[in-house]
Amino acid sequence: MSLTPEQVKRIAHLARIEVSEAEALTTQGHLNGIFELIEQMQAVDTRGVEPMAHAQDLSQRLREDAVSEGDRRAAYQAVAPETEAGLYLVPKVIE
Amino acid sequence: MTQWEVVIGIETHAQLATVSKIFSGASTAFGAAPNTQACAVDLALPGVLPVLNKKAVDCAIRFGLAIGAQVAAKSVFARKNYFYPDLPKGYQISQMDLPVVVGGQITLQVGAGDKAYEKVVTLTRAHLEEDAGKSLHEDFHGKSGIDLNRAGTPLLEIVSEPDMRSSDEAVAYARALHALVRWIGICDGNMQEGSFRCDANVSVRPKGQAEFGTRREIKNLNSFRFLKEAIDYEVQWQINEIEEGRKIQQATVLFDPDSGETRMMRSKEDAHDYRYFPDPDLLPLVIGSDWIERVRGELPELPQQKRERFISELGLSAYDAATLTASQEMSDYYEATVTVAGKASAKPCANWVMVDLAARLNKDGLEIAAAPVSPQQLGGLIQRIADNTISNNIAKKVFEALWNGEAATADEIIDKQGLKQITDSGAIESLVEEVLAANPVNVAEYRAGKEKAFNALVGQVMKAAKGKANPQQVNELLKKKLAV
Repeated sequence: MSLTPEQVKRIAHLARIEVSEAEALTTQGHLNGIFELIEQMQAVDTRGVEPMAHAQDLSQRLREDAVSEGDRRAAYQAVAPETEAGLYLVPKVIE
Repeated sequence: MTQWEVVIGIETHAQLATVSKIFSGASTAFGAAPNTQACAVDLALPGVLPVLNKKAVDCAIRFGLAIGAQVAAKSVFARKNYFYPDLPKGYQISQMDLPVVVGGQITLQVGAGDKAYEKVVTLTRAHLEEDAGKSLHEDFHGKSGIDLNRAGTPLLEIVSEPDMRSSDEAVAYARALHALVRWIGICDGNMQEGSFRCDANVSVRPKGQAEFGTRREIKNLNSFRFLKEAIDYEVQWQINEIEEGRKIQQATVLFDPDSGETRMMRSKEDAHDYRYFPDPDLLPLVIGSDWIERVRGELPELPQQKRERFISELGLSAYDAATLTASQEMSDYYEATVTVAGKASAKPCANWVMVDLAARLNKDGLEIAAAPVSPQQLGGLIQRIADNTISNNIAKKVFEALWNGEAATADEIIDKQGLKQITDSGAIESLVEEVLAANPVNVAEYRAGKEKAFNALVGQVMKAAKGKANPQQVNELLKKKLAV
């Protein structure tokens, strides 16, 4: 499998990365190189092998349901670009 | 003319009843000042890591057991990637390939009275995930305001199979699910606060066609009424489109309660490509059988079990049993009433709770938990009907007096207002004689074969007795006297 320049641009858009035409071509080459590696891996017979969800063979650590974090809004908002009435302000988004 | 069949599947987001968030120690309390409950993890500050809340998993297990589903021995958290300002990490932690709950089913009652029928809806899965924050688009000089208090709140997303065939079935399912999550204590069910919200996947197809039509998803319905209105509108819209020769495009739509219409939010072409992958920050969630058994031991008697017991132990009809187990409050109230009135009065208790109490609650716009008449008071009242102290009609007066807080018990009201039924046959006989003497026309009509005239005479006797005469005795005595 190899990617078309359009697919590269779509992936870049989904990741909100701006790429020029030239960069899209270089990236296409890099990504197709990675796909070659993936194809090699996919050629391996993995029947009977359980899919791995994590590199460490451990299970999830859990915490008790208790509130441990207080209100630190002032500290967090001191480094925010823009706030008002306790809200973080961002460029207008409407769906 | 094509006959259309409606196909509906529902995805529900139930907010889990934890005090802290699913992956952080910030509070989940509703209504706090903006961003005062958004900690470093919720804000996705660099270097933070999620740690899973055990109670959220407990809730998922409870739900899985309550619907007879498979609780996965191993489930995996995945990242669902998309960009939106109320999602600071740029991904939502959810579950994709290996959800915590698989399968299960819910039995529901659709419709009321003679038209009521039972339906079993199969569930596909339920998985744990975190909620996003809130965007406020009001006037912030052309900017949007972001409140991240809700970010990281634990949700159980419950997905049904496309088993519903009408908006009524969809609403019955949503109600049954809503009652269940509250019953087992995993969600407060507050729809105004967004604790329980539904997305409906709706499609239509010609009756008899095997494959489904193209579906459109109606997002974020936060009341049962909107759910019904939105589906009814959407179904009609889809049928019109197809009948006018257009094709349905897969899309996500929003329901506008003011106009009663659904409108397109995004079409499939720019639908999100979420690029799910296992979250490397979280290890697989392993649930051992000991954990599952502990949770099973903590489960209350479930609606379905209670329904079966009401039928076998108390002799109720399937319909009454289903109605009385529609919510935990309702079944608790009913059982407390029966405890006082006695099992022999189980059926009258059911009628009082389902008919008289329900009507009175409805009139005052109250929920059963807020009923001014307690189950103990109602049970005491039903005892007095059972032992013939008062008639059913007088009981309605006593009930009203209890409702208005005129006394603490039915007995007090019966005493104070002198409502005790007249069962002395001598006293009733003299009333009957007086009425017969005073109403020769009715007597003549009855003897001429008019059954209605008899009812008029019963009415007269009851009126003379101020409603307190035992109705059976009045009937018997009247018949006896008229037969002479």
